[in-house]
Amino acid sequence: MKLLSYFRGETFARGIHPAAHKEMASRPIRRLSFAPRLVVPLSQHIGKPSKPLVRAGEEVVRGQPIAEADGWLSVPQHAPATGVVEAIELRPSARGPWMQSIVLRVHEGSGQEVLWRNPRDPDALAPAELVAAIRDTGMVGLGGAAFPSHAKLAVPKGATVQALVVNGCECEPYLTCDHRLMVERAADLIAGTRTAMRACGAPLAVIGVEDNKPDAAEAIRAVLPDDGSIAVEQVPTKYPQGSEKMLIIALFGVEVPSGALPISLGLVVNNVGTLVALGRLLPAGEGLIERVVTVAGAGVERPGNYLVPLGTPLAFVLECAGARGCVCELVLGGPMMGQAVASLDAPVTKGVSGVLVLRAEDLASGRRRVYPCIKCGECVESCPMGLNPSALGMLAARREYKRMASEFHLGDCFECGCCSYACPSGIPLVQSFRVAKQVLRERATA
Amino acid sequence: MFTSPHITRATSVRALMVKVLVALVPGIAAYVWFFGAGILVSIAIASAAALAGEAAMLRARAKPLGLFLGDGSALVTAWLLALSFPPLAPWWLVAAASLFAIVVVKHLYGGLGQNPFNPAMAAFCAMIVAFPALMSQWPAPGLPFDVQLGLILGTSRPPDAVTAATALDALRTGLREAGAKGSVPAVLASGPAFGAFGGHGWEWVSAGYALGGLWLLQQRVFTWHVPVAFLAAFALIATGFHLADPVRHASALFHLASGATMLAAFFITTDPVTGSTTARGKLILGAAVALIAYLIRAFGAYPDGIAFAVLLMDMWVPLIDRTTRPPVFGHTRK
Repeated sequence: MKLLSYFRGETFARGIHPAAHKEMASRPIRRLSFAPRLVVPLSQHIGKPSKPLVRAGEEVVRGQPIAEADGWLSVPQHAPATGVVEAIELRPSARGPWMQSIVLRVHEGSGQEVLWRNPRDPDALAPAELVAAIRDTGMVGLGGAAFPSHAKLAVPKGATVQALVVNGCECEPYLTCDHRLMVERAADLIAGTRTAMRACGAPLAVIGVEDNKPDAAEAIRAVLPDDGSIAVEQVPTKYPQGSEKMLIIALFGVEVPSGALPISLGLVVNNVGTLVALGRLLPAGEGLIERVVTVAGAGVERPGNYLVPLGTPLAFVLECAGARGCVCELVLGGPMMGQAVASLDAPVTKGVSGVLVLRAEDLASGRRRVYPCIKCGECVESCPMGLNPSALGMLAARREYKRMASEFHLGDCFECGCCSYACPSGIPLVQSFRVAKQVLRERATA
Repeated sequence: MFTSPHITRATSVRALMVKVLVALVPGIAAYVWFFGAGILVSIAIASAAALAGEAAMLRARAKPLGLFLGDGSALVTAWLLALSFPPLAPWWLVAAASLFAIVVVKHLYGGLGQNPFNPAMAAFCAMIVAFPALMSQWPAPGLPFDVQLGLILGTSRPPDAVTAATALDALRTGLREAGAKGSVPAVLASGPAFGAFGGHGWEWVSAGYALGGLWLLQQRVFTWHVPVAFLAAFALIATGFHLADPVRHASALFHLASGATMLAAFFITTDPVTGSTTARGKLILGAAVALIAYLIRAFGAYPDGIAFAVLLMDMWVPLIDRTTRPPVFGHTRK
């Protein structure tokens, strides 16, 4: 691999340019008040749910661990507010299924200072200790996938990391939380980046920022260390630039082989939001108890970038931000890959980067009249992976799922949604691919 | 509640079809200006027959009538068919061709999006083989509307003066009649069928089609691949023959401005349904149609070969699509 042949102004082929709707990029981060009740699901990450450390009726202080990790891919949870544990019970999640959650009644009289700390000096810890310390913070990838951060930074035996890739693309429309964090908290980002570099043994880090955020790149450049170990590179603005494979090809000009992880090329990818949090949490000794969420969409009266206590019910977020008109759909994350909300009682969790309030006229489903495929090739021209969504869609309609995987590389689809976005016939392409993958998964385990 | 993506590009099949119809307007306007309003009657007849055929077939196939009649694809077929037919062809010929295109070529193969052959071009080929004389009934410029109407409705028989050969036809017969002594410049200088650089009047109709086509390109209704490949290949081949033998072969400009070249470049070879879905496939397809069309024009039995060329290449599309798939990310390069 020719490392750091990067930035020749090129990026991945195809892709799309949806309307950006980044109006919130100029709004500074503001704190959201505490809801009367916070709901902390025991599973906010990929991996096994955490095990509760508290019982109903117990008083907890803000920052205190209330659940411990259960297994390697699990992380602890911390109390997002000072209050009393009301119950540990099943509560609705955004996705639909009810999940075991710790319900906190927030003390109204409390000043809500963080009263439980375990400060660590990142520079004094060996890499293995650092990984353990990162795990103690309950950190997961804040870009949306919620993969435990310590597991990502713990390099498998035999692998060497050549570079840490820091993902500051934020290519989804509407979302601006990472943009604001880069502008306002660049020093924390650098601190977090150094910590992550030490943990995974990366000699250098490259921060990739889409070129529609020059102020973010500028803010980071102003605080870059002199030793040249961290660099900022602007990459073209195009969806899905923020997918790690697409960012890697833009920065290094190499394709991550099918089925392999970036580590096979000696690369570890982390989101900027994750590293900003890491940069602050570890020295301060706090757990992850709040995150920045972009609240946006035509249906919001007071949109903005809010620092939200984890566990805040979505209904409370909407109450604070003010919903107006006929709200049709609430989406967690961006409009291209985000999750439509099944219940307003569901809480903001570690992986929620945005709360989008969309009206019927903003939505694909509002306009959708599905015509047959006219083979225009718009989907082929949009697929960043070079797949043929048109052919895949026709196979999906005939339920030939096996052929989709064996002949048309269904497994390489990472569900960015470009094909469905581009299709003039309104065919739910990526949606049918998701079904196909699910069916194949179920068949494989059955 | 739906799964992501929650937004789509603001477009639809209907919007695409309406744009294609709008883009045909400049060409039709030039057509009416030079050759009279007879073409409008022809378009109306083709449209009515196409919609009737579409409705009947949708009904027979138990498909939602409102959804598909409103998609505009039958009208696009009808307009392209009427524009490629001689405007003085009798009404029953146009109506029969339109029904054939919709009922047989489109719906018997599965309707919108399923037909392997371009319906308008298939109908044109069927009729030129079945009724060669009627299919050469092209109007002389300045023919009064009532005479045109009489011919279309079959109430009067055509006197020789009202019809005229097209430029491609006149060049072909001119060269044949002159035998070994004939040359392109001599023929072009002699006939009333020729204008400044193409067929008289037709060169401006072609310009109208090109204008509409460029607008469609700007509107991203289709990508640049097919029109550029088709026109570049046509110009290159015609120039090659012209340079090798200027006595027997007209210039590239003459070929681009005559016959159905411009209509084909922007409205027929760009048909998404029968075309290739890959970028490389589109380039191959456009160039191949141009090559076959030129060979038929220069050496074949018909004055224009676009329709046959399109049908011949439609047969290759599945194979072209298969062999020109773009490389899948992560499978090819190291």
